Amino acid sequence: MVTLTFPTWMEPYRALATGKVSRDQWQALMRQLLWPVLGIGLFLLMWQFAAQRIDTSLGQFPGPAQVWEQAGNLVNEHQQAREREVAFHERQEKYIAARLEQQPDWQPVTRAYTGAPTFFDQIGTSLITVMSGFLLASMIAIPLGIVIGLSSTVHAAVNPLVQLFKPVSPLAWLPLVTMVVSALYVSDDPMVSKSFLTSMFTVSLCCLWPTLMNTAVGVTSVSQDLTNVSRVLRLNALSHVRKIVLPSALPMMFTGLRLSLGIAWMVLIAAEMLAQNPGLGKFVWDEFQNGSSQSLGRIMVAVIVIGLIGFLLDRLMLMLQRALVWDKASAQR
Amino acid sequence: MMKGFKKTFRGVLAAMTLGLSATSLADDAVGWPEKADLKFGFIKLTDMAPLAIAYEKGYFEEEGLFVTLEAQANWKVLLDRVIDGQLDGAHMLAGQPLGATIGYGTEAHIITAFSMDLNGNGITVSNSVWEEMKKHIPSKDGKPVHPIKADTLKPVVEQYKAAGKAFKMGMVFPVSTHNYELRYWLAAGGLNPGYYAPHKGDTSGQLQADVLLSVTPPPQMPATLEAGTIHGYCVGEPWNQQAVFKGIGVPVITDYEIWKNNPEKVFGVSKTWAEEYPNTHIRVVKAMIRAAKWLDENNNANRPEAVKILSRPNYVGADYDVIANSMTGTFEYEKGDKREIPDFNVFFRHHATYPYYSDAIWYLTQMRRWGQISESKPDSWYMDIAKKVYRPDIYTQAAKSLIAEGKMSADEFPDFVSEDGFKPPQSEFIDNITYDGRKPNAYLSQFPIGLKDGETL
Repeated sequence: MVTLTFPTWMEPYRALATGKVSRDQWQALMRQLLWPVLGIGLFLLMWQFAAQRIDTSLGQFPGPAQVWEQAGNLVNEHQQAREREVAFHERQEKYIAARLEQQPDWQPVTRAYTGAPTFFDQIGTSLITVMSGFLLASMIAIPLGIVIGLSSTVHAAVNPLVQLFKPVSPLAWLPLVTMVVSALYVSDDPMVSKSFLTSMFTVSLCCLWPTLMNTAVGVTSVSQDLTNVSRVLRLNALSHVRKIVLPSALPMMFTGLRLSLGIAWMVLIAAEMLAQNPGLGKFVWDEFQNGSSQSLGRIMVAVIVIGLIGFLLDRLMLMLQRALVWDKASAQR
Repeated sequence: MMKGFKKTFRGVLAAMTLGLSATSLADDAVGWPEKADLKFGFIKLTDMAPLAIAYEKGYFEEEGLFVTLEAQANWKVLLDRVIDGQLDGAHMLAGQPLGATIGYGTEAHIITAFSMDLNGNGITVSNSVWEEMKKHIPSKDGKPVHPIKADTLKPVVEQYKAAGKAFKMGMVFPVSTHNYELRYWLAAGGLNPGYYAPHKGDTSGQLQADVLLSVTPPPQMPATLEAGTIHGYCVGEPWNQQAVFKGIGVPVITDYEIWKNNPEKVFGVSKTWAEEYPNTHIRVVKAMIRAAKWLDENNNANRPEAVKILSRPNYVGADYDVIANSMTGTFEYEKGDKREIPDFNVFFRHHATYPYYSDAIWYLTQMRRWGQISESKPDSWYMDIAKKVYRPDIYTQAAKSLIAEGKMSADEFPDFVSEDGFKPPQSEFIDNITYDGRKPNAYLSQFPIGLKDGETL
């Protein structure tokens, strides 16, 4: 006999299906379903209402319907681009065959499609860039944070610098990063493009700080009892960090990581916009430059997608935190 | 063994066919491209069309070039990316390669072997300025008589002055054609657009100015005008027609009327790039010549298709109607006052693609006239710079190769044997002053407003 077990949050829906809904469950249903739907609906209405009253030099501000239509257009354009890509590869094969005919010792190189990236290509680029930048930042911030947390000497030495660089906006770093990357990253056959590196380093520099600070605080606040246990057991430094410090500091660390990822995503869009590096930021800027009657609607699609991805990234970190942290209560929302 | 034999056999065969064609082509055949993956930058303006067409019509691919086209934020970013190698080449203002080479702004040796178009700009003023100007403009059949001179703007500027307000206008870049055209028009109407004095660290270009000019990126022009920050601007299309569509301003004159068939954009690459990849460069020019020809073919018959391509978001991206307004041979001044200007955008006719030394020298004279070149230079200096930057030799190789391949005919090009890169003296300017590219200093001495030989601010 198999009994179906439901997660607790699904319990009210099961009750709804069976027709026996308790008062608490009604409240849960309203909280989970009714209020959010009402909130979104009200927002859409207000949006529509306001949009009709805003006339820009690019035409009326787009309402929900126009934005939905543009989302459809973007999907269509993506499909058309894929068709062009297929045709491109066919032409390329012909070119290679024809050239081999004339120049048999030539080493043919197959090239990727040269057409403009679509909205969805830009989303992919942005996601890869933000994750790379975030990983790099974490790889620096976590070890450094642990060291700062463990040693008050290092803390005293590094703290002024951290305080100085923490509030710097990405836009201030960007020109410096661009120049340094183009000066140092010289290669005839680059593995990754300069623009990718510029965006990535800018993101890293800006999203380093929350992880660093929170890790340090988490490490400092390891309970004295646990530290004493470590002393009694005569754990060496590495085991001390692994067995005692890390597990206690993990909740704080994750708070930092989530903040960092949020900042990384916001910084990336700004950096892409300013530096014209491929990604969603460039999509927004290009549409702004186009100034067509559809531009605002398309930008609005991007705004919603940017928000949605930011939200999903945050949920992802939360899931990771739940999986890794022993103190589940610390990973509620 | 067998495979090796087959390979050599095929090689011999190919060599034979190549040899055969080589004898007939003489030395006009261009070698394989040294670099096949290229990235070109452009600014969202209708005159980037030759790049878009060369890509969309497969002309680049036929030359074995795999090109990516990328819109840039502004002219400065575009130039910097060509200099540091992120871009292989770009759609540039004619003044940019010249300015960069003589070190006005960012210094770098940029060259051009292809002129992208003639004309294509306009000057727009705000509605309130237009109302005032209109009082001084003669009319015929209920419509203002064109071309409208800046004399009619002068009383408006004087009103502003009397009220203690500054009269401001926008242009797109210090070394842009727009800056020089706007200055030319204002000065021809007796208004001083102001001088630059880089030797004193003054690059605002507003010394002794009646009208204050400042830089605004093209797509932001209409919004800046609407906000009242500027009272008029000079910009390329579609941004003048946009003002008419939105009812926020009135175009008063096109650059075609300021200087008939003036050179506008060029295709610029860095000199080191051109030296490293000579065959690639020639092939790029070949593809673009074909694109330019396509754009002008059969009396602009392909223009509607071109407009459709340009209105895609990855190219210019403005609405079809706005782009079509000027690209299809008409120009709308006041709302409803649409006039025929078939040569408003010229891509190929009148040898538009040939990089004339005289065009380069005209821009240099204007840089000198307004003080961007702070000290006077001998005529020979103008010649040297023009030859350093403009490269008809590369253009000629590309054209000859197209002729040899039968894709174009010799009568579509200047006569390469006798062509020396100087257009005959031209006098179709709004102030009727004759320009002879061989005598830049004598040309400069004719202007009532502007620096002359020996003058330094």
